[in-house]
Amino acid sequence: MTVGEPARKHVEVFACPNGPFLVRGDIAIEVDDAENPGGGARRDERRVVALCRCGTSSIRPYCDGTHKVIGFRTVPPAR
Amino acid sequence: MTIAPPMDSRTADDASRPGADNRGSGLTRPMSLSSPRGPVTAALAVVLRSPVDQPPIVSDLPAQIDRAIGASVDVLSDGDLQLALFWLYELHYGGIADVDERWEWQPGLLACRASIEHAMEAALRDSVHVPAPPAQTDAENVAQALFALTAEGDEQRLSHYIRSEATPEQAREFLIARSLYTLKEADPHSWAIPRLRGRAKSALVEVQSDEYGAGRAERMHQQLYARAMEAAGLDSNYGSYLDVIDAHTLCALNTMSMFGLHRRLRGALLGHLAAYEMTSSLPCQRIAAGLRRLGYGDDVVDYYDEHVEADAVHEQIAGRDLAGGLVEQEPELLADVLFGAAACLAVEGRAADHMLAAWTEGRSGLRTPPRTHRGLVSGPKKRIPSKRRRVRDGG
Repeated sequence: MTVGEPARKHVEVFACPNGPFLVRGDIAIEVDDAENPGGGARRDERRVVALCRCGTSSIRPYCDGTHKVIGFRTVPPAR
Repeated sequence: MTIAPPMDSRTADDASRPGADNRGSGLTRPMSLSSPRGPVTAALAVVLRSPVDQPPIVSDLPAQIDRAIGASVDVLSDGDLQLALFWLYELHYGGIADVDERWEWQPGLLACRASIEHAMEAALRDSVHVPAPPAQTDAENVAQALFALTAEGDEQRLSHYIRSEATPEQAREFLIARSLYTLKEADPHSWAIPRLRGRAKSALVEVQSDEYGAGRAERMHQQLYARAMEAAGLDSNYGSYLDVIDAHTLCALNTMSMFGLHRRLRGALLGHLAAYEMTSSLPCQRIAAGLRRLGYGDDVVDYYDEHVEADAVHEQIAGRDLAGGLVEQEPELLADVLFGAAACLAVEGRAADHMLAAWTEGRSGLRTPPRTHRGLVSGPKKRIPSKRRRVRDGG
């Protein structure tokens, strides 16, 4: 995201260390109702979405921060 | 005197267009001056009600401020000083009804505000424990340090209580107390946009764009909260509950405003925002569950559902690209970023703990406004009728 980078591609995914995938761009996500019965906030209009990587979000496929309390890690702890 | 309508009044005009969302209309009018809480706000109210070019011949406001700061046990919980600061900051936000808008930049009044800010910043830096900085100061390590600072412990906090135990009246009090900030949500952090460059600037705008509904006024978080209040039977006009808002809640908002309105505190503001976002999703989930337990519907809970999802996004951007990005650009701001994050936890925590303590002791979590005492109002002395004096002696 520094000045001088080439123009952003249509969809970008950033894997947050110890956290979700951040996705920017026009995407359509198909989720079976059985997987997310709670519904929740509208999501198709958000410009950046966080997709669950740890598997324990209550609003999958979207992140709800639960990864922080289960000790989910994708990188070793800093020394 | 004529006061130009605030920016928000355009919403009222937009509401006449077909399909425009005109709910949350309470955000279109500036708040009214609330009741003074001590000699500082009593003196300030007299000043603010005067036209700026005809101030009161004798105003003891500077002296009252100096005296109050000297006498105060804790500026951060001093209702008189915190309310004064809140009113002064509101001149930069939505304005105050019947207050000459030129007071916003009046040098004498700004000097008075600076006295309070000086004391408040000193109190914050004295009382807030700032963690040791990370060994490496790239954006990723700054983000991980902020996540570590804001990690939830095992203790049960306000949001846990709301999830499982709060009564309907307590939930109502919570919605009222939160409204001081949430009806102007994101505004205090927007001040930093012109003060940043590059990655940090882009990240702040990205987060704020989401806060403001990304082009859809009806999804603006401030609007969601106004609708939630109205659906809960509360008054969504900004400032209508100010008299029952306690000093800790005022202080938490004033902290954001102070960080935002001073360029030299941009590090603290970004640290504050990162910490705020990082401590939002999980509590909002609990609050949403509690409100549903109490029978509130989607029209009230939508605000909290939205925040569970939005702030899981925002915390990543705020920690890494915003706070982390700023430290990469300006490494000397690392200490302030950590200070701002720690200050956020401290002041927000105090406000929440104060409310929770009151509830668990069976008391109201809101401030009980005292009966008006003549001594607080600057004006000609009046003879007190003797029968009232007898009642007061016996009361």
